Amino acid sequence: MYVAVKGGERAIDNAHAWLEEERRGDPAVAELDVAQIREQLALAVNRVMAEGSLYDPDLAALAIKQARGDLIEAIFLIRAYRTTLPRIGASVPVDTGAMACDRRISATFKDAPGGQVLGPTFDYTHRLLDFKLAAEGETPQAPQATPRDAPTPRITDFLNRDGLIQAEAPSEDTPPDLTREPLEFPANRALRLQSLARGDEGFVLGMAYSTQRGYGRNHPFVGELRVGAVEVEMEIPELGFAIGIGQVTLTECETVNQFTGSKTEPPQFTRGYGLVFGHSERKAISMALVDRALRWEELGEDDMGAPAQDAEFVLSHADNIQASGFLEHIKLPHYVDFQSELELIRKIRAEAEAAQAREAAQ
Amino acid sequence: MTQNVQYNFAYLDEQTKRMIRRALLKALAIPGYQVPFASREMPMPYGWGTGGVQVSAAVLTPGDTLKVIDQGADDTTNAVSIRKFFQKTAGVAVTERTGEASVIQTRHRIPEAPLTEDQILVYQVPIPEPLRFLEPRETETRKMHALEEYGLMHVKLYEDIARHGHIATAYAYPVKVEGRYVMDPSPIPKFDNPKMEMAAIQLFGAGREQRIYALPPYSRVVSLDFEDYPFEASKAEHPCALCGATHSYLDEVIMDDAGARMFVCSDTDFCAGRRAAGHLGEMGVPVEEDRT
Repeated sequence: MYVAVKGGERAIDNAHAWLEEERRGDPAVAELDVAQIREQLALAVNRVMAEGSLYDPDLAALAIKQARGDLIEAIFLIRAYRTTLPRIGASVPVDTGAMACDRRISATFKDAPGGQVLGPTFDYTHRLLDFKLAAEGETPQAPQATPRDAPTPRITDFLNRDGLIQAEAPSEDTPPDLTREPLEFPANRALRLQSLARGDEGFVLGMAYSTQRGYGRNHPFVGELRVGAVEVEMEIPELGFAIGIGQVTLTECETVNQFTGSKTEPPQFTRGYGLVFGHSERKAISMALVDRALRWEELGEDDMGAPAQDAEFVLSHADNIQASGFLEHIKLPHYVDFQSELELIRKIRAEAEAAQAREAAQ
Repeated sequence: MTQNVQYNFAYLDEQTKRMIRRALLKALAIPGYQVPFASREMPMPYGWGTGGVQVSAAVLTPGDTLKVIDQGADDTTNAVSIRKFFQKTAGVAVTERTGEASVIQTRHRIPEAPLTEDQILVYQVPIPEPLRFLEPRETETRKMHALEEYGLMHVKLYEDIARHGHIATAYAYPVKVEGRYVMDPSPIPKFDNPKMEMAAIQLFGAGREQRIYALPPYSRVVSLDFEDYPFEASKAEHPCALCGATHSYLDEVIMDDAGARMFVCSDTDFCAGRRAAGHLGEMGVPVEEDRT
C-alpha cells in the first residue's frame, strides 16, 4: 500500500549500477581508454576544457568517458571538480601575440606578415563520409615545414598603427572572478568575456548568428583567428620574477567591425574579442561577435532591443550547467505544488460550472 | 563519487563556508532581503537543491542531526540523495523524525510538527525573486525592492481575482516580512505559509540564482491579500486515509486504472508518528505492519 515513493535508496543504487553497465556498452567491444579520447576526440576534450574552465586534457577525457560522451555532463563533472581545487595564485596574463601559431588566418587582408597559415582545419574539406576510417589503416604523414621562429604580428596592430581601429585602453585592474563573486549587473567587459568564454557553445553561437541576421547587426570581419600554444607564466614571490609553468593551447579571434563614428570621433573600426581554451574556432568567433554586440553602450550605439545586446539576458542564460540543471530539475517530484494547483483549479471550475448552471436555469 | 578523495567536513572548504555564513548573517539581519553570494558548483545539478545544500553545509556542525525532506517525505529520491551526500561528506547523524533533527533541509514543504528554537529549517529555492515573473530583469526587481515598490504584485493578485474569482497562486505564495520585504517562500503550498511565523531559524538558499535570504525566529510573515479576499491556507477536503489527520497537507494518490484516489499526509514522518500513536485512517494499518 502506498509504495510509490518508497525504496528510493535502492532504486537509486540500482539505477547507477545499470548506468555503469550502459556506459561500458558491449563488453565484447574493446574499452576506450582515456588517452584514446584525449588524442582522437581532441575537439570534444577542448570543448569540455573551455566550458568546464579547467585546462586539463586528461581530466576532460576522463569526464567524457564517464559521461558516455555527453559533453554537457562532462563539463559538469569538470566544473564540480574544479570548484574544490585550492587556488595557488594567478598567472601573468598570457601573451597571445607570442603564440606559436598552428593556424592563423585573416579575412581582412589577402596576405600579411606571418602569412595565412591554414593549419589543421575542416575548412575546405568536402563533408563526405570517409569510409576508410571505418576500416583500420595507417594515417599518412602530413608534409612538414620549418616553423616560424619570430612571433606572428597581429593584424589589428597594422590597423591600429594608422588609427583606423579603436584602441583598447590597457588596464591594470584585477578582473572580477565570476567563480568567486556573484554575477551582478551592470557587468564590465572583463566579466562579460569571462562569462562568454565558459558559456555554452551552442548558445553563444546562436546569439552570434542572431546578430548576423540583423538582431543587433555589427558587420563583423574576422580580422584574425589564431590557434596555438602560449606560455603560462607565474610570478614567484621568492624569486621576484615570473617563470614558465606550462603551455596552454588557445584559440583567439579578433573581429574588425564597422563603426559609423560620432560627433566627436571620426569613423573608426571597432573590435570584438574571443579567447577560448583549446582549438575551438566556432566558439571563439561567436564569442567575438557577441562581445561586440554587448559593447553598444560604451560605443554610443543605439539599443535596438536585440537579444545579443542585452547583457543581462545573454550572461544569465549562457551557462549550460546552470541551464541544464534547472531545466532538468522539473523531472524531480513536484506533486505537492501540483496538488495545490489541482485543488485551486477544481475550486475555480466548480464555481464556474455552478454559475453556468444558474444561468441556464434562468 | 567512487574516488577516494578526502573532502572537507560537509564538502565545502572553510573559506567558502565563511563566505556563505557572512551572507547568512546579513540575511538574518535584514529579514526577507535577498543577499547575493558566490554560489559554488556542487556535485549535484543546479536546480536540484544546490542552494539548500550549500546553506546546510555552512551551518552543519559534527554534533548536528540532519533530516532531509522533499515534498514532505524523507524517502523521495532527491531527499535520499542529499541525505546520503551529507552522510558521506560530513558523517553527521541523520534522522527521519522531525523532533530529533537540529537541521532540516526541505524542498516544497514545512513539516507539520511545530519546530523549536533549537532547530534550523533550510529551504531549497529555485527562483528567489517573488517579482521575477512580473519583471524578468534583476536590475529592475532590485530597484523595486529598494523602493518598496510592490504595486505590480498587488495588481497581479487583483487581476487573478477579477479573472478567476480567486488569487490563482497555490504555491510559492508571496509574503511580506516584518512589514518591509516581499519574499518568495519557495514553492511550498500556501497551506504552509502561516507556519512561517515560527520558533526555528529559517534559511533560504538559491544556488543557481546566487541568493540567500532568511527569517529570524518569530519574524512577522504576512501572506499578501486583500481585506475582502483574505488569504486562505487551503488543502484537500479529506482526512488522511492512513492516519486520519484532518489538519495536515495531503497528497493525492491515484490507486487504480479507474482513477480511484486516496489522500495521504505529504509529511511522512508526521503520518507515521500519528499511526504509531494509534491514530488510524480508513485505509490505515499500524506502522509496524507497514514497515515489514
